[in-house]
Amino acid sequence: MLEVRELSTSYGAVRALQEVTFTAPRGEVTAVLGANGAGKTTLLRTITGLVRAQSGSASYDGRELTRTAPELMPGLGIAHVPEGRGVITELTVEENLRLGGLGRGGRVRPEELERIYELFPALADRRAALAHVLSGGERQMLVLGRALMAEPTVLLLDEPSLGLAPRIVAQLFELLQSLVVEQGLTVLLVEQNARSALSIAHRGVVLSLGRVVVDERADVLAGDDQLRHAYLGF
Amino acid sequence: MQQLVNTLLGGLTLGMVYAAFALALVLIWRSTRIVNFAQAPMAMVTTFVALRIIEGGHSYWLGFAAALVAGLVLGAVVERVLIRPVEGKAEINAVILTLGLFIVLHALAAVVFGNRYRSFPAAFGIRGIEVGDTTIALTGFGIFTIVAVLVVMGLLVLLFRFTDLGLRMRAAAFNQEVARLLGVRVGRMLTLGWALASLVGSLAGLLIAGGSLVHPGYMDAVVVYGFVAAVLGGLDSPAGAVVGGLLLGLSLSLVSGYVGSQLVALAALAILMAVLLLRPQGLFSQARERRV
Repeated sequence: MLEVRELSTSYGAVRALQEVTFTAPRGEVTAVLGANGAGKTTLLRTITGLVRAQSGSASYDGRELTRTAPELMPGLGIAHVPEGRGVITELTVEENLRLGGLGRGGRVRPEELERIYELFPALADRRAALAHVLSGGERQMLVLGRALMAEPTVLLLDEPSLGLAPRIVAQLFELLQSLVVEQGLTVLLVEQNARSALSIAHRGVVLSLGRVVVDERADVLAGDDQLRHAYLGF
Repeated sequence: MQQLVNTLLGGLTLGMVYAAFALALVLIWRSTRIVNFAQAPMAMVTTFVALRIIEGGHSYWLGFAAALVAGLVLGAVVERVLIRPVEGKAEINAVILTLGLFIVLHALAAVVFGNRYRSFPAAFGIRGIEVGDTTIALTGFGIFTIVAVLVVMGLLVLLFRFTDLGLRMRAAAFNQEVARLLGVRVGRMLTLGWALASLVGSLAGLLIAGGSLVHPGYMDAVVVYGFVAAVLGGLDSPAGAVVGGLLLGLSLSLVSGYVGSQLVALAALAILMAVLLLRPQGLFSQARERRV
């Protein structure tokens, strides 16, 4: 269980997160929604220690994360998947994947790579290509596959649908859902695309100007016209 | 014909040394976006370490090995002590620090080792090899120079292309934040990168010194040529640094042989200007993709 308690941080004078509190239960998808600048990406960056927390905590199974160095996250089973821009374009597809596997410690076995290529056949055809030739959808598959190489228990996903065609988004989310069911992953899904995110999420947490304004079951949130109009714009 | 062959052979040997020096600059530029102006005096100091050991009655090879190890250590120390505190701030801070280190190392070397010309031995003959009844401009030490640089470059390629450590180092160089999230100890990788770069610089220093004279400023001209070679190949690209070094060595040798040796420095600057005007990203750089 991922627990965020009264987490606050700021960029200079701007309060980016103000006492954010919620829990993401094991084996469930928790969607973090809200407009641009609501603090969604900052939330993920603060949890994994890329941004320093001013107060409050984020812990996974009792282990404090915000004061742990980001490079220790893979060892704790936490995978922070940045937006598709997070592919290392100067490395090949396979090198990106191998790098993900190294994070867990130890060597990368060929069958681990094959498992990812089975999940994402589009990557298998391009394993020797530099990642900068990949399309937006393929890049999202690559960052997700790279995260899975470390065999994480928690996935922190930052805008996986950004810039993708609706058909690709549907495929990606379908895959994500099956991974959660099969592997019991705990997923924190940061999204602007609220409709798609709520379709696979168990809970929805809505951020506005760095505060939690709604924390509700996903089906309730999606079904409440007032909440939807007020915060999600659909 | 014989003159052309000799000019090209001389250029090849010289080009290999420029290539090594350019490679040292590129390894650091690629990971930290800093042009290490102190590369020349760092190499000079390690050459003097070798000279001390050789003059102390030990073998050339012991001095050679000690200089390379000294280069490795010096690079790591410079990164940890000098560069790390300004990491993440404007790059100009670090560049000015390397300029400061340039001056400090010069002064210290003059105090510790003396500010005069001293001869440095060579491991192999420095007379031209005889082919039939003509002597060509390729010496035993020249062959050693070419082989040594090729071996070091080969080892670096093996390290970067085919090992997990090399993959981590490249990841840290290309995208620090993503590398950290994937568990790469970026700080250690940067230290190691500086150490390796400094080792390659030391090798260049030893090869230039071999059979020649050294003093605290003997590497300073080479840093200019190394820099031109690195820009020629594209500051981002190790392969470009090698090709740039060879092209520069051959061009300068041709200028020296057919136009006049006093024009060599001028020719290097002309090449630098031409590259910056016509193809500022260099011959091999991936910089265009990276800026997007």
